[in-house]
Amino acid sequence: MTETTSHSPQSEQKRSFLQTLEVDTRLLGMIGAFLLVCAVFFVVTDGKFLSARNIFNLTIQTVSVAIMATGMVFVIVMRHIDLSVGALLALCSAVMGLMQVWLLPVYFSFGYGHVLIAPLAMAGGLATGALLGAFTGWLIGYQRIPSFIVTLGGLLIWRNVGWYLTSGRTLGPIDPTFLLFGGSEGTLGVTLSWIIAGVAAAGAVFGLFQGRKSKLKHEFPVKPMWAEVSLAGLAVVAILGFVAILNSYQVPTLKLQRLFEARGAVMPEGYSEGYGVPYSVLILIVLTIAMTIVSRKTRLGRYIFAAGGNPDAAELSGINTRLLTVKVFALMGFLTALSAIVAQARLQNHTNDLGTLDELRVIAAAVIGGTALSGGIGTIYGAILGALIMQSLQSGMAMVGVDSPFQNIVVGLVLVLAVWIDIQYRKRSGALK
Amino acid sequence: MTATIQLQKGKPLVELRNISIAFGGIKAVDDVSIDLYPGEVVGLLGHNGAGKSTLIKCLSGAYQADSGEVRIDGQKVEIANPRDARALNIETIYQTLALADNLDAASNLFLGRELVTPLGFVDDARMEAETRKIMARLNPNFRKFNVPVSALSGGQRQSVAIARAVYFNAKILIMDEPTAALGPHETQMVSELVEELKRQGLGIFLIEHDIHNVMRLCDRASVMKNGQLVGTVNVADVTDDDILGMIIMGKKPAQAA
Repeated sequence: MTETTSHSPQSEQKRSFLQTLEVDTRLLGMIGAFLLVCAVFFVVTDGKFLSARNIFNLTIQTVSVAIMATGMVFVIVMRHIDLSVGALLALCSAVMGLMQVWLLPVYFSFGYGHVLIAPLAMAGGLATGALLGAFTGWLIGYQRIPSFIVTLGGLLIWRNVGWYLTSGRTLGPIDPTFLLFGGSEGTLGVTLSWIIAGVAAAGAVFGLFQGRKSKLKHEFPVKPMWAEVSLAGLAVVAILGFVAILNSYQVPTLKLQRLFEARGAVMPEGYSEGYGVPYSVLILIVLTIAMTIVSRKTRLGRYIFAAGGNPDAAELSGINTRLLTVKVFALMGFLTALSAIVAQARLQNHTNDLGTLDELRVIAAAVIGGTALSGGIGTIYGAILGALIMQSLQSGMAMVGVDSPFQNIVVGLVLVLAVWIDIQYRKRSGALK
Repeated sequence: MTATIQLQKGKPLVELRNISIAFGGIKAVDDVSIDLYPGEVVGLLGHNGAGKSTLIKCLSGAYQADSGEVRIDGQKVEIANPRDARALNIETIYQTLALADNLDAASNLFLGRELVTPLGFVDDARMEAETRKIMARLNPNFRKFNVPVSALSGGQRQSVAIARAVYFNAKILIMDEPTAALGPHETQMVSELVEELKRQGLGIFLIEHDIHNVMRLCDRASVMKNGQLVGTVNVADVTDDDILGMIIMGKKPAQAA
């Protein structure tokens, strides 16, 4: 056993640059892989891959899978699996579609475009997802049916319940307010995006130094000031840079003209407007922060990881692991419904095949992001990066014109390769025995 | 030993009365009664499968007895799960240590009893500070506060498990083969700890295979065989051969009976 963590002055000097920064090397590897993918497509597409337009589209396309992937991290960390998210997404979408086109406007005579339709439909969808998720969790936690079986059942059941409810019809047009959550139809605009970017950057810096203060208070070793400052600088540049790109993507002139006409105004000559951050992306960012806090700073998160690392130990420590299973699957169901909102709004109607094969994309995103199927290990930001890497590959290959079967072959290879690299890394770092 | 006899005149800390528990028709524990006094170490001995661990799990809340009762300080109590046991200041060091390998020492020490900030978030800094304090006492060489416990040696893992049991002011401590995986130096450390906790007035159930440890650490020894209690003897009154005889033959020695 080597004393790599000892804090004697001698070993302090031997610490490498990365150790001093105390950044997660796995995270660094994933970012490296992502940048590599971007660089390759940048060259192959003559720079089109990293155009503001494509980056904007890429983030929008990633949201739905990424939202579910954050929940899947918890599920997999607890040594379970959820194969039913794609099917549940379709059912939640069907419920929300029915509420928007029939139940609220016609049956309850709200009339189309009523201000309450979007919030009520969303609440209905989210409740459906959370309840069915909780039921799934109850079957797994209290009835001890393996999650693979329960959710395989769900995979077959939920989409077809949606089919039955809607008689297989495509539902539309959906509520205009609801549409705002799909991506390009609802963005913050340039000014608001900058304000939020500023707040986020300030928050990141504040968080970093708050952590340092807390460590100093308890007289724990802290990293040198220059390391702290460069990390904070990196975070600020990343946040502002991302928002700058989304802000620089201009709304097409024809679309702006239509907007002005709808308001009964005439568009001034040479008028232009940037999109800014889409609401759906904002939801994902807020969710990522919230889920990261849950996983690291709450008892719920601590218990999820403990139960995944050693279920018996968690039980003997007085953790109610059965109820915990219900909570985790209820959360997964809720997030699936949230994804259904984004997916339906992006497509601008409900179709019964919405979210088909999403369960596999979501699991792949979590796993590429370093979540171990053996349980106990996984990060939220890893899953987001995993989703981003997969979406980049797919969209990049589509831009280059790679045939569809080859696209899937590449994504499949990347999935296996990513897990292999992760296992090798953990062997080296001693986390895997 | 007169001291032991005097101790036993006080009020028992734990009384397990007529405990029985069966798994699928096999009686793992069959009508066993034992007790434990403050400041006393009672050894639980017997072959593998004799029912020692099962009996003790009825006290730690991992199992529920089919019949019989548990009394703490003379009061009948219901221990339905490990949370109940902890609430009664019963702490257990399991043979498997029951550590979450993917979490660090502080997270394991406070698992299920996290310190939280006023906003309800887990207070990692304070938990680490507390862990450093107790480790400085139990195992001063311990340095690995920020790595998962899977990266620790057997002895270091053991000290985390022990720290977890003694941090929360246990009154009753259950140790299931605490030295089974340890080297001589660490075994010595555990022995000293047992002595110290005894002086502090804790009652300790010690499940132990090594007869020398039993003779050295225990005041009384209860021997089980095939789920039944063979007998309980004052360690000072018997030889290790007597105890071995009880374990192997299932008979109480004549002079102690």
